[in-house]
Amino acid sequence: MADLKTLVLGRKDVQDLDVEQEMPSELMTVNMGPSHPAMHGTVRIVLTVDGERIVKGDIQPGYLHRCFEKEAEYATYTQIFPYTDRLNYVSPMINNVGYAMAVEKLLGITAKIPRRAEYVRVIVSEVSRITDHMTCIGASAMELGAFTPFLYLLKAREWLYMLLEEVSGARLTHSYVRVGGVGKDLPDGWLPKLLKRLDEIEAVLVECEVMLNNNKIFRDRMAGVGAFSKEDAINWGLTGPVGRACGIDYDVRKDFPYSIYPELEFDVPTATTGDCYDRYLVRVEEMKQSIRILRQCATQLPDGPTMIDDPRVALPPKRDAYNTIESMIRHFKHIVDGIKVPSGEAYTFVEGGNGELGFFIVADGAGRPYKCYCRNPSFVHLSSVPKTMQDHLIADIVPIFGMINMIGGECDK
Amino acid sequence: MGAHATDHDDSETDGPKVLSVSPRNPRVRTIQIHRPAPQDASFLAATAKGLGVTLRHFFKNVLRGKDHNYIETVEYPEKKVDYPERFRGLHRLMHRDDGAVRCVACMCCPTVCPAHCITIVPAQTDDKGIEKFPAVFEIDELRCVVCGLCVEACPCDAIRMDTGEHAKPVEERHDAVMTKDALLELGARSTAVQGGEGAAWRERK
Repeated sequence: MADLKTLVLGRKDVQDLDVEQEMPSELMTVNMGPSHPAMHGTVRIVLTVDGERIVKGDIQPGYLHRCFEKEAEYATYTQIFPYTDRLNYVSPMINNVGYAMAVEKLLGITAKIPRRAEYVRVIVSEVSRITDHMTCIGASAMELGAFTPFLYLLKAREWLYMLLEEVSGARLTHSYVRVGGVGKDLPDGWLPKLLKRLDEIEAVLVECEVMLNNNKIFRDRMAGVGAFSKEDAINWGLTGPVGRACGIDYDVRKDFPYSIYPELEFDVPTATTGDCYDRYLVRVEEMKQSIRILRQCATQLPDGPTMIDDPRVALPPKRDAYNTIESMIRHFKHIVDGIKVPSGEAYTFVEGGNGELGFFIVADGAGRPYKCYCRNPSFVHLSSVPKTMQDHLIADIVPIFGMINMIGGECDK
Repeated sequence: MGAHATDHDDSETDGPKVLSVSPRNPRVRTIQIHRPAPQDASFLAATAKGLGVTLRHFFKNVLRGKDHNYIETVEYPEKKVDYPERFRGLHRLMHRDDGAVRCVACMCCPTVCPAHCITIVPAQTDDKGIEKFPAVFEIDELRCVVCGLCVEACPCDAIRMDTGEHAKPVEERHDAVMTKDALLELGARSTAVQGGEGAAWRERK
């Protein structure tokens, strides 16, 4: 198999590689995935291994490709919301908000969104961020053999999903946010329920930290694995918890504050080495900060409408549509033609669960986007994985891949 | 263990180490996370603490009896979790006062449906006030993505998704197609007032 070695490394002499090894081994190609128990989502990794050591890893995503961008060109601006739900299906609310903000920027109504709607958007986004991190940490811990934290975290995640279900009507595919506001106001008595759950979730987080932070197996598998320097992280475009673990002081909520984030007080956690243990710690701290944000939002939540009062964007109230011909016509124009967005292009980006989640929309004045591009953090992070896992052992793929938190739906679009 | 600058045990009382304050959002600080130092080589203390957590759960679940324990798992199908009020479930078609279908085949819902799962074939009625009704109204529940846009798009409160049931599993694909009769069977009389209020409606608002 010397040919393969030459092919991969560009070296002819086998001895160059195996100086330190007493027994030179041949390179071997191993397929990991597409459906592997330790893989989140469906992704195939073609590994070239030298014994247990990874010489090269070729990641082949795309198994969950649903043509989000192409489908968006044939759907009205409202019809795209169900598609965005399925991007990062662990935190769909953030996708909803990010997409709605892009359309609002094109329409020039960003400043006119009712304040209550902005607050509700931030509340559901932060709840989604917690669910996202819980899934990531829980699943990664489980793959390293710690099954108990997985159950505790998923239990807590289910509380939040139930709360989101109460708000939006669906557990996972919310389709809750609308251009110009949110679909419905928060139900009565929802905030006290949320605050009660937040207290319980804090207790769950403490339990998980006790079980994981100094767990020998967990630390040995996480610490020092997948370290990434700050310069590399910038070059590879890492953002979100992964980028912050490498020491990049970048959070969209902080550096390009959108919505009502300027009114909220929170900390952005960073670390230095960028190894998997740091990535884990940053995620835990971010959940605590999200809880802090949610408590502030709950006290500051203003009264008022949750949908913009703009006939170009909002559907007329049902009662008007039932009873007046003007509203009925407006209702039909809205459904048939979609929201008429003036031609132009806009890029908005929000802090998603995994990093900077951006939507770039080109409008040509019709009711459907001319082009809708999604800057999906999972894909960008996944591209760094071959470099991260080089010279690691096969077993290290599991924590590296777990802490990248690749979400198939978002990565493959 | 990876070599780490903060791998010594900081005292927790100092709070997090603040690295910077954002110039664009001055209420937001960047902090350095506290990386706990490994407590001892064997991690015995950490193991004991972890076991303490799981044992606490165990005893709470055992001693507090079946109804007050912390087990979140629901013994489905003996017990079921009620869906919330806004839950989007199976569709249903609402009735008029005389039990006829309320839908006027305006084609709003098949137009707005992103999954193209609604089929309507309109037909004429003799009723001059209504003119159109759906001769065929079918929803393919396998194609439906349960987004609720059809309910929002309906201009006459004819279609709703508030049955509180999810789509049932079926053996054949065509069994998942809900016909007009099936949809009407789930429906009820709609109390939404429509059209008949006339010009006086604005005053009565």
